[in-house]
Amino acid sequence: MSILGSITVLLACQLAGETIAKLFALPVPGPVIGMALLFVALVLRRGLPAELDKSAGFLLSHLSLLFIPAGTGVVVHAQLIAAEWLPISTALLLGTAITIAVTGLTMAALLKLRRGAKS
Amino acid sequence: MTALWTHLHDNPLTWLTLTLVVYQAAHWLWRRAGMMPLLNPVLLSIAALSAILTVAGVDYARYFSGAQFIHFLLGPATVALAIPLYKQLNRLRQSALALLVGLLAGSVAAILASLGLGWLLGASHQTIMSLAPKSVTSPIAMGIADQIGGLPSLTAVLVILTGITGAVGGGWLMDRLRITDERARGVAMGTAAHGIGTARALQMGEVTGAFSGLAMGLNGLATALLTPILVRWLMQ
Repeated sequence: MSILGSITVLLACQLAGETIAKLFALPVPGPVIGMALLFVALVLRRGLPAELDKSAGFLLSHLSLLFIPAGTGVVVHAQLIAAEWLPISTALLLGTAITIAVTGLTMAALLKLRRGAKS
Repeated sequence: MTALWTHLHDNPLTWLTLTLVVYQAAHWLWRRAGMMPLLNPVLLSIAALSAILTVAGVDYARYFSGAQFIHFLLGPATVALAIPLYKQLNRLRQSALALLVGLLAGSVAAILASLGLGWLLGASHQTIMSLAPKSVTSPIAMGIADQIGGLPSLTAVLVILTGITGAVGGGWLMDRLRITDERARGVAMGTAAHGIGTARALQMGEVTGAFSGLAMGLNGLATALLTPILVRWLMQ
């Protein structure tokens, strides 16, 4: 598979995902369905083409660049953020702390439980 | 001189090139500063570009006419997240149950905490909906925000700030809570703080990083499925 081929695979999966989301009025973004389609295809195929791995690796290594154009849209919303700074900053700090605590504590407890059951 | 500025201002290529130059400069600065979380290149780039656009009096639509070519790549990049997910297939199978339960609990906690705190402190409906998917990687979060009545561009900024929050404070918090298992620490970082959290988790160790990347992909999927359902349920 060439680089052109890998890009075509990624875009085709996205297109298929967007079409499925539209056809069935699904509450999931098209590219996410495309991700699931590609994942299933790789599992069924039992192998990852080296060129696809390389192209995806290039795209993902610059993932942070890709959200800059949209993030710069903050200039349009600067006043909104300033006006609602209290709920926004609380949701950011406390919300993130709650998420880390709930996820970490739940998974650690379950791993310990399984280890206990084995021994 | 005015003619030159008019030409540059009207040419989308100016804004596409500027975005690439600013990002690489920010990335260089961040590496020079020992990858200090507060100097996150995305945060720096957005701050610099916002300042440039404001000072030069360029409106966002003009800027986006060039930057949209970078923005477009978010779609195929989201699809490409299937590849790291596939590479972790064996690890995934080994602690699948604990991982899935922890991830789902964290995913629901993230959405409910955002909705609840936003609502309690009197944020507008649009802001609350923009906050809801802020723990997942931005192509997915922006798609969700668009769908439930948030502002995708506001969500993109909130996603980045959430990532920085998790990367800066996550390790400290988990030490306090005595969460020592590397797999659990990784899943917590990836679930709460997506790619920026995963970058931090990779510095903590290989296993922590791998599980964080895995959790980031899975939580993207879980949040995309759960957010519209939870929002609909709470609105009733």
